[in-house]
Amino acid sequence: MTPIASIEQLDESYDLLVVGAGPAGLSAAARAAELGLSILLADENPAPGGQIYRAVTTTPVKNRAILGEDYWRGADIVARFERSKAVYAPRCTVWSIGPDETAPGAFELGLSLDGKARIIGAKQVILATGAQERPFPIPGWTLPGVMTAGAAQIALKSAGAIPSGRTVIAGCGPLLYLLAGQLAAAGCQIAAVLDTTPSANRSKALGAIPDFLRSPYLAKGLKLMLTARRKLRFVSGVTSLTATGEGKLASVQFEQNGRTGTLACDTLLLHQGVIPSVNFSNAAGCAHDFDTEQHAWVPRVDAWFGSTVPGIAIAGDGAGIGGAESAALRGEIAAFGAASRLGKLNEAERDRQATPVRAELDKKLRGRRFLDLLYKPAPQFLAPPRDETIVCRCEEVTAGQIRDAAKRLGVTGPNQMKAFLRCGMGPCQGRLCGPTVVELIAETRGTTPAETGYYRLRPPIKPVTLAELAALPQTEASVKAVIR
Amino acid sequence: MFRPIADLAASGALSFTFDGRPMTARAGDTVAAALLVNGITACRETPVSDTPRAPYCLMGVCFDCLVVIDGIGNRQGCLVPLAEGMRIETQHGRRHLTEASE
Amino acid sequence: MSTIPREPDVAVIGGGVVGGAIALGLARNGAKVAILDEGDTAFRASRGNFALVWVQSKGFGMPDYALWSRRSADSWHELATALAGETGIDVAHSQPGGFMLCLSEEELDKRVDAMRRLHNSRPLTDFPYEVLDHAETKRRLPAIGKDVVGSLYSPLDGHVNSLKLFRALREATVRRGVDYRPNSPVETIVPKDGGFAITGPWGEMRAGKVVLCAGLGNARLAPMVGLDAPVKPSKGQIIVTEKTEPFLHNPMVTVRQTDEGGVMIGDSQEDRGFDTVVGQPILSTMAERAVKMFPRLAGLNVVRTWSALRVMSPDGFPIYDQSETHPGAFVVTCHSGVTLAANHALTLAPAILSGTLPDSVASFTARRFHVPAHS
Repeated sequence: MTPIASIEQLDESYDLLVVGAGPAGLSAAARAAELGLSILLADENPAPGGQIYRAVTTTPVKNRAILGEDYWRGADIVARFERSKAVYAPRCTVWSIGPDETAPGAFELGLSLDGKARIIGAKQVILATGAQERPFPIPGWTLPGVMTAGAAQIALKSAGAIPSGRTVIAGCGPLLYLLAGQLAAAGCQIAAVLDTTPSANRSKALGAIPDFLRSPYLAKGLKLMLTARRKLRFVSGVTSLTATGEGKLASVQFEQNGRTGTLACDTLLLHQGVIPSVNFSNAAGCAHDFDTEQHAWVPRVDAWFGSTVPGIAIAGDGAGIGGAESAALRGEIAAFGAASRLGKLNEAERDRQATPVRAELDKKLRGRRFLDLLYKPAPQFLAPPRDETIVCRCEEVTAGQIRDAAKRLGVTGPNQMKAFLRCGMGPCQGRLCGPTVVELIAETRGTTPAETGYYRLRPPIKPVTLAELAALPQTEASVKAVIR
Repeated sequence: MFRPIADLAASGALSFTFDGRPMTARAGDTVAAALLVNGITACRETPVSDTPRAPYCLMGVCFDCLVVIDGIGNRQGCLVPLAEGMRIETQHGRRHLTEASE
Repeated sequence: MSTIPREPDVAVIGGGVVGGAIALGLARNGAKVAILDEGDTAFRASRGNFALVWVQSKGFGMPDYALWSRRSADSWHELATALAGETGIDVAHSQPGGFMLCLSEEELDKRVDAMRRLHNSRPLTDFPYEVLDHAETKRRLPAIGKDVVGSLYSPLDGHVNSLKLFRALREATVRRGVDYRPNSPVETIVPKDGGFAITGPWGEMRAGKVVLCAGLGNARLAPMVGLDAPVKPSKGQIIVTEKTEPFLHNPMVTVRQTDEGGVMIGDSQEDRGFDTVVGQPILSTMAERAVKMFPRLAGLNVVRTWSALRVMSPDGFPIYDQSETHPGAFVVTCHSGVTLAANHALTLAPAILSGTLPDSVASFTARRFHVPAHS
């Protein structure tokens, strides 16, 4: 692996550009390099690992028991990537993608590093931009002191830092228990875990139990949950959450079985599962479908994780949540696909080499459905019932405004909502409001998220300055189109 | 607010300022992490209602950790590694423009 | 699928800024109105325009268009006041005068020449404008860069927040009882019993009058009622930056700061059919020019870009017509729905209700395109 420190060091173009240095991106880049492709892997973070294996090569956390053995497995994935011939651009954002008009089938991507942008060509692209935590809009979630559980985990992994005061963890999903265990092991003072997993989910998940019993999640999951339950104050069946405080978090109120409780706290960590991060694939023009079991928009992919845009593949959790180990395998398969499309691997050889990887992937994904069904968020945490709840954190648009526009002004989808209320127009570009806006419109108009649709996104996928844009190549046609 | 765990790998300390106040943090921390371990509650005020915000996701998604770094506003603190002598300031509402770029 | 219990006096096809302004004007004059609109992903120039209320440079080749634009700009304050009164929404209209900044002598000469020819052709003299050199432009706009060689200025130009306008029109029409129907694309319009039967996958609606405000969709709909609207898409791309402190009060033809603080940068013009992909070279050309005009913009982050389709007639001017074969059917189409919103709501809609279009719009008939095939 060759790391680059400035954008000038990049070549004009590569066989394959991989976006994201999590397990999927690292494995895709390593495998594709092993197959003889020229690779650029670009990632916005300073070190490889993505979110799950965040800072695995640089973490200051010495006691391996705190983060657990699963975390350290990421070191092998990074090591394999480091042995490969791939070029690695850390702290580098990829902010646009479009067809290369001079080379049919190839792409041009806009990259930025240290305030300088360049357009880099790629014959194939693998998006390994992973997942983000599902938005968890409750009253008061914008208060300083309220963070995502993932944020606390990142602080622990990359900076060896934990919340310093009374901490409440709230929501549902496997990561919630994992984090509670990790924070407790690291010495964090956890006042309570408020579990919002709807009890009705249990019966819905029953049908998926046989697979789950044979899955790798079982032992791991049980251990996580038992550790968390044994050591911590655990409140299950929580149906409502409100964060309060003046200028910063002071307490969290919750409801359980119709009773109300209040916990004074300094930090509230929210989590209700993860969803594919679709901003890049959406802006690239890939088709997405609403997956009702994962309750999220998922890019439509083929057996090689190729999207509906020929030449763009989506590997890892970005193509549907499957977890870190499956992400690495999906990265491998996407690399076989890209190599074959570039003629570096014939189809028979591609299929042969991918067969054992697919078998392993099937094993890793077994039981996933059970988790999806069990930890599907309760409706009131997808579409906040209280009107004053902020939905769009950037433009400070509330649930009440969105419901009103959907009901009274005939707004049937998120793009019209954006035009009317500005939700999704801020710097996060809808990442933290999109799913909720869709949910509220669907609920108000009696439709489904699938019928409601999603934001149509455009570059820049990540911020780029006007000066950076201005310094990029122009064409005769572009000048003619502007100076008339 | 955050604190370092008990047993951390040794690392050099970097000096920086936040709104003029001198602070230190571990080399290797991001700007957002450095502010959290220094007990900073809020790093910005929103352009819409001037209400305080703090880092929320730490993974580049939420844009709530926006700060002014060495005079450049609206930078994502969670994606910028801390450097020695950095001048970090609260992002007060909208981005402020300077003629420096001329 | 469903039968419609209520029969409106007028069915407006299209729920954008043009349809909204017409529907508001109709409803304010007592008509029972329905708007049939498409859905969330329709091509909508109303979501992608540059929000200028612009007069200077308009009307070359058709002096009546200059007069019509001027008239709308003059009435815009009345529309904004009415909207604020009806909805409480301030659409941020102002008329501080607009500039066209030029980055080379050649550009400036070309603009000045075009403006002189335009004015020579005008029957009116009351269209004030000035040609300013760099120093005078800088005196009025201290933020400009050294590359600005000069500008054209007209006190008639202004701007609004076009998204607030779009919402205010919807809010006002809904409050006035207009029956707004989203996801209701129109497939056929058939003249029937002195009125019109309108159908789509949603069912059928009868209306006494029908007004086509469907933008690019008018090309398909107009012939159904004996009208002609040969409009085609013209792609335009726009950049918008993060919010910044107020620094630019006046609109430029390609740079303006919104009341919310973002800076909008336009605009390109391409003939690419219905393609709405955003392209980097054009964004770069627009960005480079904007930074030359206002160097302080250089460090601003771009938060969004988009492209939208202008609704262009063969000569670029509006088409306003009543059907000769089927009176009661009207077409209203233009690419300056924001500038002309005041005229549409305050002048055109009452005329449509009365059944006769005013002389001031006689030149905008599509018959102007019907030149004999052989001379």
